[in-house]
Amino acid sequence: MLKVLASPRGGGLLVLIVLIALLPLGFQNNFHYDVAIRVGFNAIVVVGLNLLIGYAGQISLGHAGFLALGAYASAILTGSHDWPPVLAMLTGAVGVGLLAFVVARPVLRLKGHYLAMATLGMGMIIAIVLNTESQLTGGPDGMSVWVSFGVAGLEANTPRQWYWLVGALLVVWVWLALNLIDSPFGRALKAVHGSEVAAEVVGVDTTSVKVTVFVVSAVVASLVGSLSAHYISFISPQEASFFHSIELVIMAVLGGMASIYGSLVGAAILTVLPQVLTAFEDFEHLVFGLVMMAVMIFMPKGIVPSLGLWLAGRARRPGGEAAP
Amino acid sequence: MTLLKVDDLSKEFGGVHAIEDLSFVIEPGTIHAIIGPNGAGKTTLFNLITGVYTPSAGEVYLDDRPVTGKAPFELARAGMSRTFQNLQVCLNMSALDNVMLGRHMHLKPGFVSGLLRLPGVVRRDREARQMCAGLMDFVGLGNHIHAAADSLPYGALKRLEIARALAAEPRLLLLDEPAAGLNSAETREIDAVIQKVAERGVTVVLVEHDMKLVMGISDHVLVLDYGRKLAEGRPQDIRANPDVIAAYLGTAHAFA
Ligand SMILES: Nc1ncnc2c1ncn2[C@@H]1O[C@H](COP(=O)(O)OP(=O)(O)OP(=O)(O)O)[C@@H](O)[C@H]1O
Ligand SMILES: [Mg+2]
Repeated sequence: MLKVLASPRGGGLLVLIVLIALLPLGFQNNFHYDVAIRVGFNAIVVVGLNLLIGYAGQISLGHAGFLALGAYASAILTGSHDWPPVLAMLTGAVGVGLLAFVVARPVLRLKGHYLAMATLGMGMIIAIVLNTESQLTGGPDGMSVWVSFGVAGLEANTPRQWYWLVGALLVVWVWLALNLIDSPFGRALKAVHGSEVAAEVVGVDTTSVKVTVFVVSAVVASLVGSLSAHYISFISPQEASFFHSIELVIMAVLGGMASIYGSLVGAAILTVLPQVLTAFEDFEHLVFGLVMMAVMIFMPKGIVPSLGLWLAGRARRPGGEAAP
Repeated sequence: MTLLKVDDLSKEFGGVHAIEDLSFVIEPGTIHAIIGPNGAGKTTLFNLITGVYTPSAGEVYLDDRPVTGKAPFELARAGMSRTFQNLQVCLNMSALDNVMLGRHMHLKPGFVSGLLRLPGVVRRDREARQMCAGLMDFVGLGNHIHAAADSLPYGALKRLEIARALAAEPRLLLLDEPAAGLNSAETREIDAVIQKVAERGVTVVLVEHDMKLVMGISDHVLVLDYGRKLAEGRPQDIRANPDVIAAYLGTAHAFA
């Protein structure tokens, strides 16, 4: 099964659909649903972030800011202005897209540590604005979101309904992302990582490629922010915090850079592990840190790509025949 | 109509005049060699022509239109393509995908069409894949088509760059030391590849230290020294030019 997951077009999507369909059979209570829904939210954001970080090689330490802006747009527009949730969500996404577009050009000219610093700063500014504009945002106390999310009379209220909604969105987004990386645009994306100058001299407008993927990843984060605001019914500036941004990056790195399925595995592990580790009580964070260190030492490419390579190597050895 | 014209071009790096007041033209359909000792400014010149660097002064014209200051991708779309002396291969991609990258501008590489995997995208990609496999065969990489780029030896990567540049179907192809680091058999293969490319009507500009290769296939030779033009002319005239011989005396690159 892992091998199928590692090869994008080899039915990995089917495995994902079956997994999402069967998972609820093992759920015993709403808490299980809740964890699964949060995994789904994170996975959607991280797939977008991985297009930027893993495929195009452009780090961002500020994407939680985009997510929070989407969440606040939904909370404010549905709460104080009675907008329909979908319209509020889309408006938030358009606003975040514009902001990301404006920020992208100057910021993506930077590389490496400098890009990390600039995106970090951008995220911090968003967090500060959300904290200080308390008339609009409720300030550090955050705000409640009373309106249920729904489209055309269909509402998501129960954990089960949210589970199927998030599951469906995740499948669609994974399918789109797999298409993208297998297209000429996806090749350009990887080439920006591999050699920007090589991509340029064969006609790739690398600036436009980087800006596009930055905007797309920001918009996806914003959409998830909106949905999660309705789901959790509460938002606070913590959403935009530096730690949240880092957490999203860790999910991408741990699961595997430049791996769509890696993003899902990373999101799942980083969401589920803290819940499991509560059994260790005081040592929770210690064990968590050790797990992360062990993964990066033994699987430096991240979990899914490393397992993929390992399986490919094993497939080659016994018969002496190279895998294609 | 001249294909490429370089007019009073200069490039300075913090006091170092890598290229100084350089002018020359390249006529379509020629193999045009640029030679000169190490540090003469050959690679800098390529970077200026292809838009990787912006000149400190002077102009570059393509088809008699000024293109100075244009981005490399715009010049690529105008018909220029090149290889690099210090390899620029995407090691995170397969060898074939590197060549496919060369077809980028011929594939209508939209974001939305890629996201939705529209039938046209799939068809064009399949055709491109076939063409690029053919190009790999053409440069002698026929048995590396399914390899990962980072598994190829140096000589193969040099040829991979040529295949990628050819995939772009340029009118003007600039090759920066395509034979450097290759053994003599490989050099002969590259020699044949360049001649075949030129026969198909592509204008080739070649930077090369291998004098046997240069003198054998070039129609025209430009000699650079310290960023300036030392001599220019037919290979047989260059070979006999006393200035050129003096500049090369004591260097490792003796004339064959
Ligand atoms: N990016 C740069 N920054 C500073 N100096 C540079 C840069 N690029 C080139 N130079 C300098 O410009 C001069 C010309 O270098 P260039 O690489 O163009 O020479 P070359 O003719 O290609 O040499 P070689 O035969 O060794 O490849 C050298 O003195 C070099 O140090
Ligand atoms: Mg050079």
